[in-house]
Amino acid sequence: MLDRIERIRDEGRAAIAAAADAAAVEEARVRYLGRKAELTTILRGIGELPAAERGPVGKAGNEVRRELEGLVEEAAARHERSELDRRLAAEAIDVTLPGTPPVRLGHLHPLTRTRREIEDIFIGLGYRIAEGPEVEHDYYNFTALNHPPGHPARMLQDTFYVDPASLGDGVELYGSDGAPLTAPPGPRDVLLRTHTSPMQVRAMEDAEPPIFIIVPGRVYRRDSDATHTPMFSQVEGLAVGDGITLADLHGTLLTFARAVFGEERDVRIRPHFFPFTEPSVEVDVSCFRCGGSGELDRERCGLCKGTGWLEILGAGMVDPNVFGFVRDRGYDPDHVQGFAFGMGIERIAMLKHGVPDLRMFFENDVRMLEQFR
Amino acid sequence: MKAPLTWLRSYCDPGLEAAALAERLSMTGTEVERVGRVGAPSGDGFVIGRVLAAEPHPNADRLRVCTVDAGQGESRTIVCGAPNVAAGQTVAVALPGAVLADGTKLRKAKLRGVESAGMILSEAEMEVGDDADGIVVLDGAGAGPGTALADVIAIAETVLDLEITPNRPDCLGIYGIARELHAITGAALAPAPWGDDAEPTGTDGVAALASVAVEVPELCPRFTARAFTDVIVGPSPLWLKARLTAAGQRPINNVVDITNYVMLLTGQPLHAFDLDLVPGGEIIVRTAAPGERMTTLDGVERSLDGESVVVCDRSGPTGLAGIMGGQVSEVSEGTTRVLLEVATWDGVNILRTSNLLALRSEASTRFEKQLHPDLAMRAQRVAAKLMVELCGARLAPGTIDVDSRPRSMDPLTVGYRPERADALLGMRIAPDRAGEYLDRLGFAVESDAGGALEVTVPADRRFDVVREIDLIEEVARVHGLDEHLPATLPGGGAVGGLARHQRLLRRIEDLLRDAGLDEAVTWSFVDRDRGGVPGLAERSPVSLHNPLSEEQAVMRTDLVGGLLAVAARNLAHGTDRVALFESGRAYLPERAPTGAAPLRGGFAGSRPAPVAEPHRIAAVLAGVGGRAGWRADDRPVDFYDAKGIVELVAAALGVDVGFAPTRRAFLHPARAAAVRVGGSGAGWVGELHPQLLERIGARSGAALELDLEPLLAGSAAGEEIYEDVTTHPAVAEDIAVVGDADLDAGTIRAAVLEAGGELLESAEVFDVYAGEQVPAGKRSLALRLAFRAPDRTLTDAEVEPLRARIVAALEATGARLRG
Ligand SMILES: [Zn+2]
Repeated sequence: MLDRIERIRDEGRAAIAAAADAAAVEEARVRYLGRKAELTTILRGIGELPAAERGPVGKAGNEVRRELEGLVEEAAARHERSELDRRLAAEAIDVTLPGTPPVRLGHLHPLTRTRREIEDIFIGLGYRIAEGPEVEHDYYNFTALNHPPGHPARMLQDTFYVDPASLGDGVELYGSDGAPLTAPPGPRDVLLRTHTSPMQVRAMEDAEPPIFIIVPGRVYRRDSDATHTPMFSQVEGLAVGDGITLADLHGTLLTFARAVFGEERDVRIRPHFFPFTEPSVEVDVSCFRCGGSGELDRERCGLCKGTGWLEILGAGMVDPNVFGFVRDRGYDPDHVQGFAFGMGIERIAMLKHGVPDLRMFFENDVRMLEQFR
Repeated sequence: MKAPLTWLRSYCDPGLEAAALAERLSMTGTEVERVGRVGAPSGDGFVIGRVLAAEPHPNADRLRVCTVDAGQGESRTIVCGAPNVAAGQTVAVALPGAVLADGTKLRKAKLRGVESAGMILSEAEMEVGDDADGIVVLDGAGAGPGTALADVIAIAETVLDLEITPNRPDCLGIYGIARELHAITGAALAPAPWGDDAEPTGTDGVAALASVAVEVPELCPRFTARAFTDVIVGPSPLWLKARLTAAGQRPINNVVDITNYVMLLTGQPLHAFDLDLVPGGEIIVRTAAPGERMTTLDGVERSLDGESVVVCDRSGPTGLAGIMGGQVSEVSEGTTRVLLEVATWDGVNILRTSNLLALRSEASTRFEKQLHPDLAMRAQRVAAKLMVELCGARLAPGTIDVDSRPRSMDPLTVGYRPERADALLGMRIAPDRAGEYLDRLGFAVESDAGGALEVTVPADRRFDVVREIDLIEEVARVHGLDEHLPATLPGGGAVGGLARHQRLLRRIEDLLRDAGLDEAVTWSFVDRDRGGVPGLAERSPVSLHNPLSEEQAVMRTDLVGGLLAVAARNLAHGTDRVALFESGRAYLPERAPTGAAPLRGGFAGSRPAPVAEPHRIAAVLAGVGGRAGWRADDRPVDFYDAKGIVELVAAALGVDVGFAPTRRAFLHPARAAAVRVGGSGAGWVGELHPQLLERIGARSGAALELDLEPLLAGSAAGEEIYEDVTTHPAVAEDIAVVGDADLDAGTIRAAVLEAGGELLESAEVFDVYAGEQVPAGKRSLALRLAFRAPDRTLTDAEVEPLRARIVAALEATGARLRG
């Protein structure tokens, strides 16, 4: 009897091992472990055996049964796994095809990005951001910025004027002296601001010193060629407070230039003339393309035209005459001092990103916009 | 201002190369735009020669074969085509190897079979004048053959092209620039050229020859005149032609050239009349009669207004004051008597008239910056000497001088406190250094015991330097800002940051970007009929008085117009889909709000802005909708794509927005909605009208435009308070509502929310069905309701009566619950 059980074990082992798939395993299970299987029959008839054989036969039979059960289970699991593997393999896809983005990637305009970058640098330096009107009174754009009527400096910026007949009823208008107009407005009383500087005076009218603001926004000049567009954007800065000096302006702009163009940059200040600052300066940053040498691969650097310097902004100490227009708001020209600066956002964006033509910013060709992530 | 270097160096020579000189000037406030050149690149190979013989060319009628001694030890043969060449002349010779003004290198060459070893030069070839027909004859130059030509004439002139700022009319004269060079380098300055005067040798005094009446003294602070007789008008000497040419002026004749030369030297314009063409020598300075006409030297007849100042003779205007002379009294070859006017005009008036007539001249660009009356006699003296020297003229004794200068032109003394300068600049400049700088600039400086300076302003700077701050600027720039100014940061600890509306605006822009839109920046000005897009031109715009073009004649009243044009352009480039937005202002001819409302156009300042400038966002989606790529469904863009963007923005801001059907001429009449926030209008959203789609070349499209102020006003973003939603979770229930197909979801949802009361937290449409399961003409909306109480978990018993009320409310709208 024990020989029979041993044979069943050997046959069972071989059959389970030889089963090629889950069905064959099941077939083997039924054959060797099923209700009608030889081993089952032996175990079922154990009580009919002589007493001395019952123990050894029962032990051996149950051992073999457990072994075969284990082998069946193992084989079944193995075959199930491999069948799943086969099925999944049939589901293969081309992983090199493009994915499905949750949304198409959009882009901020390079001018917005540059403007925000400038804003963030000055926010870090303690400035707040002020907005001002683009359609402006002559008074704020010129007179209060120390451009008296008839002053040749008014000629520096060719101005767009607004047709007074197109203004709505009940708008409040002012003469170039800042007084409310009693007569009908003339063709030169309302204009498109030629710079963001009018906000200097507006801001000071509303707040006593200290004042640290920057004013980003659109400005307009009647000029159109390869290097001028009739609309462009500026960022104005104004810092008025206790003992603010020209050296502070220098340090502020050096910090700014390094933040925008890199830590190795230098700035250079050249005296200049603006009617509303005194002293006035123009500020150059050392060329980031050639490192300020003016030379690139033994040729003249095209970006700085070989000078090693890039002009980026105009600035100066606020002219006492400007404070004179807000004297009664806490700006006594004999006691307060501060600086102002103004820069073109397009110019900085062009320099930073190598945009060759100012007009491209306003064409909004998606092929250009998409380059600025 | 063009400053020829040899001319400049004749008054102040710091011994610097042109580039170093330019750098020094630029770093002290006189910007050098360009270092240019007039004439040959260098004087090498240019010498004085003597023509020993000039024989006819054997093979060419118009050429001569000259034997020239050019000082090289032996004579050379030069073939010359000039008609005036003759034996015995001293001439300018370019030897082989010399590089000519036009950049060509001269070589030995055979001309019709005769070898020519050089070239005899004309004025034009040397760029010292404009005569190109004959060679220059230098007899009397006092230089022998072989002398370097550059020693006799400036044939290789370096010219500094200076950008002179409007506050510095003194640098519109060579001597003024020389003084500036002296100040910034310390190099010696030659005495002023107006130091001495010509000897009057005329018989009649000036008063016998001419008279001047100034009727408008406030517009003519000074008028001086001198008379010259026995004038011989002819070409100027070569040195004068060379200087004028290098400075960008065309030589005309000696008298006119003298006036130009003296202006370029002193900065003070002059005008010469043919005295015989001024009846009775009588000059009257007055304003023009409105509409009065005169023909200026450029041959243009001009119509004047009542504020234009004219210099007249008995019969009418003979010059436009300070701007341009008249043809009537122009100096010509036959002139023998000259009246020389040197006047001072009111700068504001000159600028006004020059703008009015759109006529700018060398004179007007100087006068408009306000010249000082003291400058007039300087110019008279320099000119008189040259008139005598170059035109053989006799100066009539005396000067007519009508001096009406106001007190505001009196000499001025300004104090300079060194400690004030240091406190403003943030660097120390020793008082004696400051005094030295000012002295070099021509100021008279006296220092008091306390170290302060009393500074008297010279006439040249009388209107530019009037305050201590102006002196501080002068001192600082001569001291050298770039070299000495420290770089510090202001103290005070101000706190920077974005205002709330600025933060939210950035949030919205970022959101639109992340929703797949590209930001555009379009022009603020547009054409009056808005590119023919229907409905856009309805609102009357703010118009420009002086637009550059019809395309940019008025300010935009919306943002969508610009985006539509951008969309059309991009579609035309072959892009199959565009999704664009803009964040910017519209300009409306309305009263601007007062007070701080920057998104509506309420800005800082005592005076409200002239017009309203609301900040808006707009978007245009056009072309193909749905998703892109190889799994594209290529569905058209529709209303809900644009509305989804509005809702996304509203969700980010935490604002409830409402939509109601509306009409705009450029939108699909049945697929457009007004956007409302808390009962007030906040913009619109809609599908583009099929006719507009055709125009922009898109097969489908939708757009939106929102006013930001109402959206942000209703927003609590950033100020949220935590709400407990987990302790007592919401009870959700889905309902299906069947109603007429034209009963809109907004009405159904509003009825449900109203009936549900406070415990109904939300009711969102999640499915729409029309088809076999519902009767014809009806549709079914599935809504997910969420009931929630903050303090307890709701029971069925509590929700049941609400459900009944909702059913009743729906029935009141004509709808009913399905199933
Ligand atoms: Zn460079």
